Amino acid sequence: MKQQAFERSRADLWARFAGRLQGVKQGYKLADDEDPQAFAREYEQLARDLNLARARGYSRSLLVRLNDLVVRGHNVVYVYRTSFLRAMLRFLGGGFAARVRQEWRYVAVAMALFWLPFAAIWITIALAPEYVYSVMAPLDVAQLEAMYDPSARVLGPEREADSDFAMFGFYIWNNISIGFQAFAGGLIFGVLSVFVLVFNGLHIGAAAGHLIGLGFEDTFLSFVAGHSALELIAIVLSGAAGLMLGSALLFPGGQPRGAALRDAAARGVEIVMGCALMLLGAAFIEAFWSSSTLLPLMLKYVFGIVMWVLVLGYFLFAGRNRGS
Amino acid sequence: MILRMQAANTRLDTSLHLETPEGTAVELHPAGIVTRAVAFLVDELIRWGVVAVTSIVAGVAGNFGMGLFLVVLFLTYWLYGVAFEVLNNGVTPGKRSQGLRVVHDNGTPIRLPASMVRNLVLAVDLLPMAYAGAIVSMLVTARFQRLGDLAAGTLVVHDVPELSVDGAAPQDMVSRAAPFPLKAEETAAFVGFLERSSTLTDARAGELAAILAPALGCAEAEARGQVERIGLGLKGE
Repeated sequence: MKQQAFERSRADLWARFAGRLQGVKQGYKLADDEDPQAFAREYEQLARDLNLARARGYSRSLLVRLNDLVVRGHNVVYVYRTSFLRAMLRFLGGGFAARVRQEWRYVAVAMALFWLPFAAIWITIALAPEYVYSVMAPLDVAQLEAMYDPSARVLGPEREADSDFAMFGFYIWNNISIGFQAFAGGLIFGVLSVFVLVFNGLHIGAAAGHLIGLGFEDTFLSFVAGHSALELIAIVLSGAAGLMLGSALLFPGGQPRGAALRDAAARGVEIVMGCALMLLGAAFIEAFWSSSTLLPLMLKYVFGIVMWVLVLGYFLFAGRNRGS
Repeated sequence: MILRMQAANTRLDTSLHLETPEGTAVELHPAGIVTRAVAFLVDELIRWGVVAVTSIVAGVAGNFGMGLFLVVLFLTYWLYGVAFEVLNNGVTPGKRSQGLRVVHDNGTPIRLPASMVRNLVLAVDLLPMAYAGAIVSMLVTARFQRLGDLAAGTLVVHDVPELSVDGAAPQDMVSRAAPFPLKAEETAAFVGFLERSSTLTDARAGELAAILAPALGCAEAEARGQVERIGLGLKGE
C-alpha cells in the first residue's frame, strides 16, 4: 500500500486518537467521559500502524507523527496508578519493617559499624575520661557540659515555645540530611556510609560516656530518652541502605554493575524514605517533648523505654503475615 | 547501480528505540548535557530564590522564623525535584523551560522511588566539586545519565512536541515510477525529500538531489524534479 493511501485510510482513526489525547488530564488521567477500553484499543492500532509505516518505508515525517501519538498513548496506558494514602499505610503498617528484615545482612553490618565504636569509646572514657578529647574538640566538650549541667538547670526557666520550633527546624535540616547523605554517599563504594555510621557512633558514645562520667545522667538521659530510639535506629538503617549501594558496586554478583546498582537503590530507597519519616518523628519529640524541664523524670524515662520497645517490636514483628 | 544509504544499525544520532509491550519500537530522544545544564540552572535559581525570600520573611519572625527557614531549606534542598517530578509527570519548571521530561529507562512515567533516588544522589553528583560527577557521568554514558539517573534507572528525554495538525500541501506535479527497485529506507528517503525539500533553499535542495543524478541517468539540474516525482510516485497519487 502506498503511503498516501495508507494515510487516507487511517486519517479518521489518527484524528480521533489525537482528540482523545487532547482530553488527557494532569497525571495522565483520561477525561471523565472517556472509555478506557476504546482508548486502549485505538492505542494498539496506532502502535501497529507505526510498525507498518516503519516496515513499509513510509516517510520520516509520518513516522515522527505516529511515534509522537504512540509515546503519548504509551504514557497514559502504562502510568502506574495507586492511592498514595493506601500505599503509605501499607508501607508503614509493615512493608517498611519487612523490607528492613529482608536486608538484615546490611542492617547487621551497619549496626556493628555504629554500636561497636559507640560502646568502645564509652568504655574507654569510663576508664580514662581524658579520651573524650580524642573524638571531640575541647570547645565542644565545654559546650556539651554547659548544656547538661544540672546546677545550671535548677533555676532555668522552661524554654520558650518558639525556640522549640527553631530547634525543630534544625533537627529536620540536620538529621534528615545526615540520613539522606548516608544513603546517597553509599554510591562512593560505601565509604561515606561507613564514615557517617562510625563518626556518629563515636561522637554520640563519647558524649554519653563523658556526661554520665560527670554524673549528669539525669539531665542527659531524660533528654535523650524519648527520641533516641527513632533517631539512632533511623541513622543506622540509612547507613545500611547506603551500604547496599556500595556493595552492589563492589560485589554485583551475577549481574552487570549498573543493574545491581539499580536493584539495590530501588530496595534501599524504601528504607531511606521510612527513615526520613522516623527522623521527622524524632525531631518532633526532641524539639517539643525531650526539651521540656517541666515533665517528671520518671515519665520521660518510661516514655523512652516504651518507644524503644515499640520501635524494636515494629521492626521485629510488623508485616510478617503478609506476602510482601 | 546500487544506492548506498545509511544502514539502520549504524546510527549517527542519539535517538533511543524502546520496545513497548505491543511490540512497537517507540523513539525517545535523551537530552544532552547543555540542555540539561540550562534546565538545572533554572531550577537552581527558583530553589535559591525561594530560600532567599524565606530568609527575609524569617528574619523578622525571630526563633519561629529560624525554624521555618530551616524547614523550607530542607524541603527545597532535597525534595524540590521529587515534588515536581512525581506530581507533574517528570517535569520541573527548569525542565519545562527546555522541553525536557524525566522518565523511567523503559519509557514509562516516573514514580516516587526512582525520583527519590535520583534527587538524593544529586548530593553525590555534585562531588568532588561543581557537579563534576554528574558532568563526567553524562559525558561517558550513551544516554547522558548522571549518577542519580544510573542508580534510579531514569532518563531525561526531549518531550514530544505539542500535537500539530498535519498540513501537507497538495503537490501539483506528475509522478514517476522509480527506475529500479528500492529498499524500505530508500523509499523513505525519496518521500522524505519530497515532503521536506520546500523547507530547504533551492540551491541546497538541488545540490542534494544532484547526488542521485548519475543513478537516475539525468542532468544534475533536472535531478531535483526527478527525485520529487519519484517520491510522489512512491507516496501515492
